Amino acid sequence: MGEHVIKLPDVGEGVAEAELVEWHVKVGDLVREDTVLAAVMTDKATVEIPSPVDGEILWLGAEIGDTVAIGSPIVRLKVAGEGNVKAAVEPAPEVKAAAKPAEAVPSPAAVAAPKPADPPAKVSPAAAPKAMRPASVSGAPRAEGEKPLASPAVRLRAKEAGIDLRQVPGSGPAGRISHEDIDAFLARGPQLARATGLAQKDGVEDIKVVGLRRKIAEKMSLAKSRIPHITYVEEIDVTALEELRATLNKEKRAAKSGLERPKLTLLPFLMRAMVKAIGEQPNLNALFDDDAGIIHQHEGIHIGIAAQTPNGLVVPVVKHAEARDLWDCAAEVNRLADAAKAGTASREELSGSTITITSLGAMGGVATTPVINYPEVAIVGVNKIMVRPVWDGTQFIPRKMMNLSSSFDHRVIDGWDAAVFVQRIKALLETPALIFVD
Amino acid sequence: MKEISCKLLVIGAGPGGYVCAIRAGQLGVDTVIVEFGRPGGTCLNVGCIPSKALIHAAEEFGKIAHIAGGKDPLGIKVGAPTLDLTKTIAWKDGIVSRLNSGVAGLLKKAKVKTVQGWATFRDGKTVEVETETGTQVIRAETVVVATGSAPIELPFLPFGGPVISSTEALALSEVPEKLAVVGGGYIGLELGMAFATMGAKVTVVEALPRVLMQYDAELVRPVLKRLGELGVEVMTGAKAKGLSTKGDALLIETADGKNSKVAADRILVTVGRKPLTEGWGLEQIDLDMAGKFIRIDDQCRTSMRGIFAIGDVTGEPMLAHRAMAQGEMVAEIVAGHKRSWDKRAIPAICFTDPELVTAGLAPDEAKALAGEIKIGQFPFAANGRAMTKQGEDGFVRVVARADNHLVLGIQAVGQGVSELAAAFGLALEMGARLEDIAGTIHTHPTQGEGFQEAALKALGHALHV
Repeated sequence: MGEHVIKLPDVGEGVAEAELVEWHVKVGDLVREDTVLAAVMTDKATVEIPSPVDGEILWLGAEIGDTVAIGSPIVRLKVAGEGNVKAAVEPAPEVKAAAKPAEAVPSPAAVAAPKPADPPAKVSPAAAPKAMRPASVSGAPRAEGEKPLASPAVRLRAKEAGIDLRQVPGSGPAGRISHEDIDAFLARGPQLARATGLAQKDGVEDIKVVGLRRKIAEKMSLAKSRIPHITYVEEIDVTALEELRATLNKEKRAAKSGLERPKLTLLPFLMRAMVKAIGEQPNLNALFDDDAGIIHQHEGIHIGIAAQTPNGLVVPVVKHAEARDLWDCAAEVNRLADAAKAGTASREELSGSTITITSLGAMGGVATTPVINYPEVAIVGVNKIMVRPVWDGTQFIPRKMMNLSSSFDHRVIDGWDAAVFVQRIKALLETPALIFVD
Repeated sequence: MKEISCKLLVIGAGPGGYVCAIRAGQLGVDTVIVEFGRPGGTCLNVGCIPSKALIHAAEEFGKIAHIAGGKDPLGIKVGAPTLDLTKTIAWKDGIVSRLNSGVAGLLKKAKVKTVQGWATFRDGKTVEVETETGTQVIRAETVVVATGSAPIELPFLPFGGPVISSTEALALSEVPEKLAVVGGGYIGLELGMAFATMGAKVTVVEALPRVLMQYDAELVRPVLKRLGELGVEVMTGAKAKGLSTKGDALLIETADGKNSKVAADRILVTVGRKPLTEGWGLEQIDLDMAGKFIRIDDQCRTSMRGIFAIGDVTGEPMLAHRAMAQGEMVAEIVAGHKRSWDKRAIPAICFTDPELVTAGLAPDEAKALAGEIKIGQFPFAANGRAMTKQGEDGFVRVVARADNHLVLGIQAVGQGVSELAAAFGLALEMGARLEDIAGTIHTHPTQGEGFQEAALKALGHALHV
């Protein structure tokens, strides 16, 4: 038996350190080669660290939220064969702990008695039933799609009792589920069911704000504390635009040659309208370095698209919208949205915007107060399209109406300029042909 | 004729249907079963049972012929044997009819009503049966379709005359002098080897690059060796093209694209079996299909409420024991129990000489599922019992996950290994690890010790190799 030390690899972002955002394993776990051990985050890209070898986790070298230098040891594994370390000559990992500097420096003693790397524990007096842990789970966890391991008699009993064996922890060898495990599961079941009644609860769950959530929190504080926002809401009649959009999409379906064309949403039209409006008001496409007192007015229009992902808000960026046509904008938005949702968007794709669009999509809302993507100076928020009665002078007619809620940095954008910008976008979207006329 | 109403109607009394009906009867479900032929289905009448009878006769004959050849070391002397195949077939028929009446008796004992005739769906709850005495209408709350399968016929080699299916092969009056077998799957090889052992000159024509394609090459190797010893010519990559005009040869296209002839007085076509989905009114009830098969869920329910399907008509593997397990499960579901298909393995046996057994995953499949695996293989050449049976060819192989030693698959090839299938199935169903098999005392001297040794080998400490 030997020991294998895994150091934080250079995650390829040209950075010297990364924040540990997730442990996928704990001390004592058996892992296989390529099992994901941890996730680290640099700026906005999250990178998973796989195990290069098979082995048992002996020690974890950082806590969630710690910033770890590239090359520091983060995991020690017991492996078959030699391993990659000679006993106890490994330098202590260099850990810059953001929150608890004293606690996070492992010494050789920490190797012998690993500190629990548990995520925040639930502080709750009535949390006892959770303690039903299998006595010993040997072997690696069940692979995805693999059937629970149980004898036919146990399976039959579970079926008759309405138990899904996938939910039952197996205490036997290789995680085999025994009759006793079913007993334990049954004993626990009704309690959980009863807990849905009305009962007073005193527990407090402490959730560490780490990773992407911390980045979001910092960014939002910065934007809201530094930028005096002015928000301007205007309603837009998008009936004509929606007709055009439907026609183009129908055409795309009909045309065999146009198969590679993406389905159009409203976003690419808005992006093109913004490009046009910015052409007349370039001061809105800018980054305000408020420390230096300089406004960097950009020629290239890089539109950030705020997107909700399972982990939180990210803003992939469509670069050079001024040089992209409608279809190109649509394709790029789709590609970036997919990448962002899948967590595969690169650091470059998640930075460098000069103005941002935010949309709650189908969730809609009548109006929002968008927070500017610091250090930009403007953000355009899309609200839900709704059919509303509109007075045309003689009668009410149904029109597709949509609100735009846009915020501006009032230090550098006057209310008048903000209104001109939004009115220009309104004019373009209400008569969409104007978008395409130079 | 007066209509019959019942809770459960089973269409087809093959292994799936009759087991379903018996179990339903045991559970007090008012059950009717319809069968056109004799009870027992393909398996009992023209499949598993008669073929095993014929294979046994061939083995016995082959043994004596071998001894008579004077090269056997046992010291037994005997004259050259002769074979009266009509008597063999009569003996086989005797076994089949004993089992026919056995099944009929079991159905009766379980208070299942049997209706003989051809059933056709009128709608999802009503079936018409053409019986000898007229049309019998049966209304049922639940219907189980267990219509089975039939041999696939090649359009350019229709059955008839010298061209026969496995059914006719099991009822020949004499051993063909020259037998051509089209299709080197397990049925073709089982029967082809049996006839070769009985003295026929057998040629196997297989379109794929090798015979028994569903097994890995290592497992098949002892069978190929035996085929050679029996003088069976195996033509792989060769396509059957039709019957010669005189009807005395099979026209083929060889692997290198040349047209050729295989002289044969019988041509056995065993290119697979197809589900029986025609002729019983499937179009009336319009069930969803999964390819050629009726689509079922994990309770054998079809797309129509109240109609279940089991056995060969529902897909691969087309094996009697799968159908039986499905039948039993469906009967229990109909009786109100909670059941679903949760079997871990459907072991399969190929009764060639030597026999092949597979249970669970082959090494490749196991690797794909579990990543790293351990394989332990124990040769019968190192097994005392195998030596004393003159059956040293073959091995037992155990495939397990590398991380927790859970056994994922077990394969064996060798004389008489079919009886090991029970142990293999049990090990997989119980979720055995290598240590469980290694830690079980396996009786000495038996071939079963090979199973234990294979597990020990996978653990790195086999004792007898």
